[in-house]
Amino acid sequence: MDYSQFLYMTEELSLLLVILLVFLADLFLCREPKEGEQLEPSAKSPIAWVVLCLFTVHTLVNLLPCLNGSMEVTSAFGGMYQHSAMMTVVKSVLNVGTLVVFLMAGGWLSRPENQVKRGEFYLITLFTLLGMYLMISSGHFLMFFIGLEMASVPMAALVAFDKYRYESAEAGAKFVLLAIFSSGLLLYGISLIYGATGTLYFDLIGAQLSSRSLMSLVGLTFFLSGMGFKISLVPFHLWTADTYQGAPTIVTSYLSVISKGSAAFVLFTVLTKAFGASDLASEWNRALFWIIIASITIANLFAIQQQNLKRFMAFSAISQAGYLVLGVMGGTAQGQTALVYYLLVYMVANLGAFAVINVIEQQSGKIRIDDYDGLYNTNPKLSFLMTLCLFSLAGIPPFAGMFSKFFIFMAAFNAGYQWLVLIALINTVLSLYYYLLIVKAMYIKKNESPIATFRSDNGTRAALVICTIGVVLFGIMGVCYSYIDSLSVL
Amino acid sequence: MIQINCLLILSAVMMFAGIFGFITRRSTLAILLSIELMLNAADINFAVFNRLLFNGQNVDGFFFTLFSIAITAAESAIAIAIMINIYRSLKDISVEKLEKMKW
Repeated sequence: MDYSQFLYMTEELSLLLVILLVFLADLFLCREPKEGEQLEPSAKSPIAWVVLCLFTVHTLVNLLPCLNGSMEVTSAFGGMYQHSAMMTVVKSVLNVGTLVVFLMAGGWLSRPENQVKRGEFYLITLFTLLGMYLMISSGHFLMFFIGLEMASVPMAALVAFDKYRYESAEAGAKFVLLAIFSSGLLLYGISLIYGATGTLYFDLIGAQLSSRSLMSLVGLTFFLSGMGFKISLVPFHLWTADTYQGAPTIVTSYLSVISKGSAAFVLFTVLTKAFGASDLASEWNRALFWIIIASITIANLFAIQQQNLKRFMAFSAISQAGYLVLGVMGGTAQGQTALVYYLLVYMVANLGAFAVINVIEQQSGKIRIDDYDGLYNTNPKLSFLMTLCLFSLAGIPPFAGMFSKFFIFMAAFNAGYQWLVLIALINTVLSLYYYLLIVKAMYIKKNESPIATFRSDNGTRAALVICTIGVVLFGIMGVCYSYIDSLSVL
Repeated sequence: MIQINCLLILSAVMMFAGIFGFITRRSTLAILLSIELMLNAADINFAVFNRLLFNGQNVDGFFFTLFSIAITAAESAIAIAIMINIYRSLKDISVEKLEKMKW
C-alpha cells in the first residue's frame, strides 16, 4: 500500500490531530468537581482556550492551500477518497462556521450543569465535523454513508445534550428516530443502485446508468428522500421545527448551518456524478423542482405563524434550504459556485442571528418573539446586529444575502428554470415580511418590561464581529464569488 | 437453490413492513425495531446483489453490509440512550407522550 496517499487527506488528518489533542486536554486539564462542591456560575476553563486555539490553527492551515489551489481532482485509496480545491473551500467554510459556534458556546458551557460536559461538547462537535469532511470528499457510496452516519449519530447526542431539560430529550428522540429512518431509506436506495450497476463508485455508476431502468429510478427516489430528510426539505421536514426548538440553541445553530450546508453540497456532488446521465438528470430535476417549491412556500407560510424564535428560525432554515438546493438544479458549474457562495453567506447571517438569540436566552431565558419588544431601547447594539443579519437572510440589497440570492437565481435561470425562479422571487418578498416582524418587535413595539441591558461575553462578541464582517463584506467584495467561481469543476 | 427473486421480494417486504411499523407503532422501542427491519432489508439486498452479480469474485456488497451493521448498532445505542433519558422524566416512552412541542 502506498502511504503517501494520506498526504491528500491533510484536512481530515489535521482535524483528527485536533480531536486527539482536545481529548487529551479534556483528560488532563479538566478536574471533576468534588462531592458537594458549589460550582461557580461562570467559571473559566482551560479546555475552551485549548479548543479555540487548536481549531483556529487548523482553520488557518487549511485555508492557506486554497489560495494557490490547483484545479486538478486527485483521488486516493482507489477512488474512495476524492479531493479538489472546491472541497477544500467548502471544508474551510464549515471550519469558520464551527469556530463561530465554539466562540458562541462559552457562556452556555460555563453554566453549572454543563461544566463537567464541556470537553464532550467540543469532542462530539468535532467528530460530526470529521464525518462531514469524509462525506464531502467521498467518491464511493460506502465512504459517503460512513461519513453521513458519523455526522448524524453524534449529532443526536448533541441535540439531547441538556440532560436535565425534558425538551432536549424529546428533540433528541425525534431527531434520532427520523435520522435512522432516513438512513434506512438511503441505504435501501443505495442497495438498489448497486443492484442496477454492480458498482458503488460515483464515477462508475455515472458511466453505467446511461438509460433509466425501474430499479435505478426507485433507487434514485429512495436516495432523494433520504437526503431530503438530512437537508430538511418539505415534505421531509417534520422533525426540523421540534428538534430546533428543543435542542440547546448552540446546537440548533450548528445543525441549521453546518450540517445542512454540507449535506446540500454532497447532494450536488452525488447527483451530478452518479446520476448525471441526461435521462436520469431530467427525473431528479423534476423531483427537485417540486421539492424546492414546496420547501420555500410551505416553510414561509409556517414561519409567519411562529411565536417561538427558535421554531421561527427552524422554518426560516427550511426555506433557506430550498434556496440552497436551487443551486443543484441543472447540475451546472455555475450552480455549484452559487451553492457554495450561498452557503457561505447564509452561514454568517444565520450564525449571527443565532448568536444574538443565544446570548439573550442565556442572560434572560426569553425566547419568544414578543419578548423582544423594545429590545432596541435596552440593547441597541445587539438589536442592530440582529437587524443586519435578518436583512441579509431576507436579501435586502447592501448586504451579502442579496448577492447570494441573486447568484443562485441566476444559476437556476441559466439552467432553464424560469418559473422556479419566479416562484422563489415571490417567496423572497413573503420572507421579508416575517423577518421584518422581528425587526418591528425590536424597534417599534412598546414594552413595559423589556429585556434588561446586559453585557455579552467576549466569545459572543467575537462571534458577532466575525458574522457582521461577513454579512457586510462578502457581498461587496466581488473577489469572494469570483474566487469560488474559479475553482468550480464538475 | 433459492431463486434470486424470492430474496429480493423478501427484502422489499421487510423494507415496507419496516416503514409501516415506523408509522403505526406507538412505542418508541417498537419504532426502533421497525427501523432495524428497514436497515436489515437493505443489507440483505446488498448481499443478494453481490452474490447475483459477481458470485464471490468481488465483495463490495458484503463489505457494505458489514459496515452498515456496525453503524446500525451505534445508532441503536444512541437512540436507546435518549429513550432512557425520556423515561426518566416521563416514566413512559410512548410517542403519544412526546407532544410538548408541536406546531
